[in-house]
Amino acid sequence: MFDSLSNRLDDIFTRLKSRGRLSEKQVDEVLREIRLALLEADVSLKVVKAFVKDVRERADGAEIHKSLTPAQQVIKIVNQALIDILGEANVGLEVGSRPPRVILMAGLQGSGKTTASGKLARLLKSQGRNPILAAADLRRPAAIRQLQLLGEQVGVPVHAEPDSPGHDAAGVAGRALEYARNEGYSDLIVDTAGRMHVDPELMKELGAVAHAVDPNEILLVCDAMTGQDAVNVAESFLEEVDVTGVVLTKLDGDARGGAALSMAFVTGRPIKFAGVGEKLGDLEPFHPDRMASRILGMGDVLTLIEKAESVFDEAEAKKMEAKLRKAEFTFEDFLTQMQALKKMGPMSQVLGMMPGMSKLPVADDQIDNQMPRIEAIIRSMTIQERNNPQVLNGSRRKRIAVGSGSSIQEVNKLVKQFDQVRKMMKAMSGGKGKGKMKLPKGMNPPPGMGF
Amino acid sequence: MPDGMLPELLIALGLVVLVVVVVFVARRGSQRDADVLDRPETTKAPVTRTEVEPETIVEPPPDVVEEVEVEPALRPSLRERLTKSRRFITGRLADALGQTPDEETWEDVEAVLIQADIGVATATRIVDDLREQVRERKIKDPSEIMALLNEELVSLFDTEKPRDLTYSDDRPTVWLIVGVNGTGKTTTIGKLASTLSRDGKSVALAAADTFRAAADEQLGAWGERSGAQLVKHQPGADPGAVAFDAYKFAKARELDVLLVDTAGRLHTKTPLMDELSKVRRVIEKEGTVQESLLVIDATGGQNGLNQAKEFARAAGVTGVVLTKLDGTAKGGIALTIEDDLDIPIKLIGVGEGIEDLEPFDPKAYVDAILA
Ligand SMILES: Nc1nc2c(ncn2[C@@H]2O[C@H](COP(=O)(O)OP(=O)(O)OP(=O)(O)O)[C@@H](O)[C@H]2O)c(=O)[nH]1
Ligand SMILES: Nc1nc2c(ncn2[C@@H]2O[C@H](COP(=O)(O)OP(=O)(O)OP(=O)(O)O)[C@@H](O)[C@H]2O)c(=O)[nH]1
Ligand SMILES: [Mg+2]
Ligand SMILES: [Mg+2]
Repeated sequence: MFDSLSNRLDDIFTRLKSRGRLSEKQVDEVLREIRLALLEADVSLKVVKAFVKDVRERADGAEIHKSLTPAQQVIKIVNQALIDILGEANVGLEVGSRPPRVILMAGLQGSGKTTASGKLARLLKSQGRNPILAAADLRRPAAIRQLQLLGEQVGVPVHAEPDSPGHDAAGVAGRALEYARNEGYSDLIVDTAGRMHVDPELMKELGAVAHAVDPNEILLVCDAMTGQDAVNVAESFLEEVDVTGVVLTKLDGDARGGAALSMAFVTGRPIKFAGVGEKLGDLEPFHPDRMASRILGMGDVLTLIEKAESVFDEAEAKKMEAKLRKAEFTFEDFLTQMQALKKMGPMSQVLGMMPGMSKLPVADDQIDNQMPRIEAIIRSMTIQERNNPQVLNGSRRKRIAVGSGSSIQEVNKLVKQFDQVRKMMKAMSGGKGKGKMKLPKGMNPPPGMGF
Repeated sequence: MPDGMLPELLIALGLVVLVVVVVFVARRGSQRDADVLDRPETTKAPVTRTEVEPETIVEPPPDVVEEVEVEPALRPSLRERLTKSRRFITGRLADALGQTPDEETWEDVEAVLIQADIGVATATRIVDDLREQVRERKIKDPSEIMALLNEELVSLFDTEKPRDLTYSDDRPTVWLIVGVNGTGKTTTIGKLASTLSRDGKSVALAAADTFRAAADEQLGAWGERSGAQLVKHQPGADPGAVAFDAYKFAKARELDVLLVDTAGRLHTKTPLMDELSKVRRVIEKEGTVQESLLVIDATGGQNGLNQAKEFARAAGVTGVVLTKLDGTAKGGIALTIEDDLDIPIKLIGVGEGIEDLEPFDPKAYVDAILA
């Protein structure tokens, strides 16, 4: 589904390559695909409708950019519309005027509140703060134990009243606040029971808990796999308490995460954190730009184009393309391009912008770490070797390995893969040079490997 | 730039470098996949063990099974409960079908289906079918169209299909419960254990979620409520070993049913899915896994289909339990799962209480969506 979607958009954008103003028909066609993309990504229908309407209005009134193809124009508009909902950049936690800063976690059953509480405690502690957790979920079996164990793992104390009878969550939270204040804790993180947004009794309880602790932050914890219901959930929670932000969990899977858009649209509040795994370190600041790409099922092509335009020389680029097509691309060329590419920013970031490449089977830092290694190997080659990899015999490879401080296996691997890629690129840019940029089969990384 | 295709050319050049880097790193990194994925590898399962491990802890059930809190007869039916929260959808559909159907009508019908998380593809197909029939049979009456839509939806289910959970000839019957994180596996096991106990069956629970904090204590609490015995190891122990010991335990005592709770895992994480296959295999050394139930959260969207595919591959899913139907979400993806993958929905979860588990009835479900 993921692949077919980004390909479908690519297809339209390729067909729309003619210049000039967008025709109404073209806009219609693109919008139909955008609608479909959003729905398949689980963006709530209500939000999709509003979004598509917004994009159409923007497209109608858009200035004609001489330098942009219609496809690029639409992408730019869609991107901007997404950013307007999701936010430009990450928004951190409220600072809070006097300690303890109170952070209340709320959400549906099983969305990841308790885990997120533990993760947040760990994060704050690592920033040199002094947080405490409060176990105000008095309903789910062993919920208190779960939070206590997480507290132990991150070395953060937990205020809990396992023996207190009844369901007085507000009372527990209130006493936790008193304790935190008296003991001089910097932050109080309150874990609450999961609740259905249509359960009046439980929603009232949440209101009471919020009333008891007057939180600086009320974070609505939302599962990234959530479907159409996200709007109803967001509306109901917002009605009961003053939600200040969203935590989107379980983003380490292959869900496209349209709920993020629904949540942000309905609440008007920023998504502050992303849960990307079950371990307590798996919490990241939320990146709206990455999410926009993920929801649409395509890379951040526009930014990529802009960046590429600023660092690559046009005449040079044309020469390279010719070489590519004839598989004459050498290590020397490779090195030159690598230098240009480096100016575009960290490799992991550039990769993240490419359609279908946002989820790679390798960690970001691994990619960035490899760049200098590869460069070192190539730099240890003579000019002749770089232009003529065929001459690389055993002894030369050994010399290069020693010179670059790598193993001979690594040198072998690089030479072999360079050759493979060269052939691959030839095939890809084959035909009349108008070949669509498509990743070769097998280059599409398995879904769900990191956000 | 004078030429429209130049940006792509530039990307192509970038790609060369990128592709090499990525391929290079990916190959190098392949041995490190274990680090890239988060959870620690569990130790290899001693699959041929014949005796119950000394570390196995068995918690006996309490003498008295807890009283049922609410009289079942007084409980509102699924349909009543679902319709309560769904009136707004219903109203819209009725409005839409108030006049002779036009383009907007069909859009509204499609909207209702999409909002039930049935998925655009399935929704479009249903509406197209419906339109065709309405046109052919020259139907004008809105109530007739409603009936037709209802029929159409029900027909996506195999209404003849037996949906009861099945038992093996030899004791214990093993039901394995699987699914992504937080869908309601452990709670469903609690509910199942209670139902079984009330039917006079003896039940053991295997705490094969050794990863989630306090997962065993959560299961233990359900064991106490339902009068089932709990078999568990230490946190972090091998899930396969727990399942195996629990099987041995249940067999030795000739218990009727063994319910195996597993850790929530995202279907995209290969090592964790392999771990699940292993749990299944370990049990099958000695007996059979009679039912492998996939728990799907009705709040979830289109991702459910991928979940079903991957869990079916790893754990041979025999049925779906659709939980959290007590909210406003309709869990339509389960319909798509049944329709596409031929995996029947067997049970539904309609609350957090021990009684809140019901057999799945296609007609009632469709009624509840369209009522
Ligand atoms: N893969 C993944 N799993 C997560 C993430 N966050 C939470 N989980 C898992 O989701 C499940 C539910 O998490 P909890 O923290 O217990 O959820 P909760 O909202 O507190 O649940 P209730 O208190 O029952 O409402 C657990 O199995 C967690 O390990 C995440 O970012 N990624
Ligand atoms: N409203 C409602 N809540 C449910 C239902 N089934 C389970 N829950 C709740 O969902 C939350 C998660 O349930 P669990 O049984 O812990 O889920 P799990 O799949 O075992 O979770 P992990 O083991 O962490 O993957 C708990 O708060 C349950 O009370 C249901 O049918 N309706
Ligand atoms: Mg919790
Ligand atoms: Mg569980």
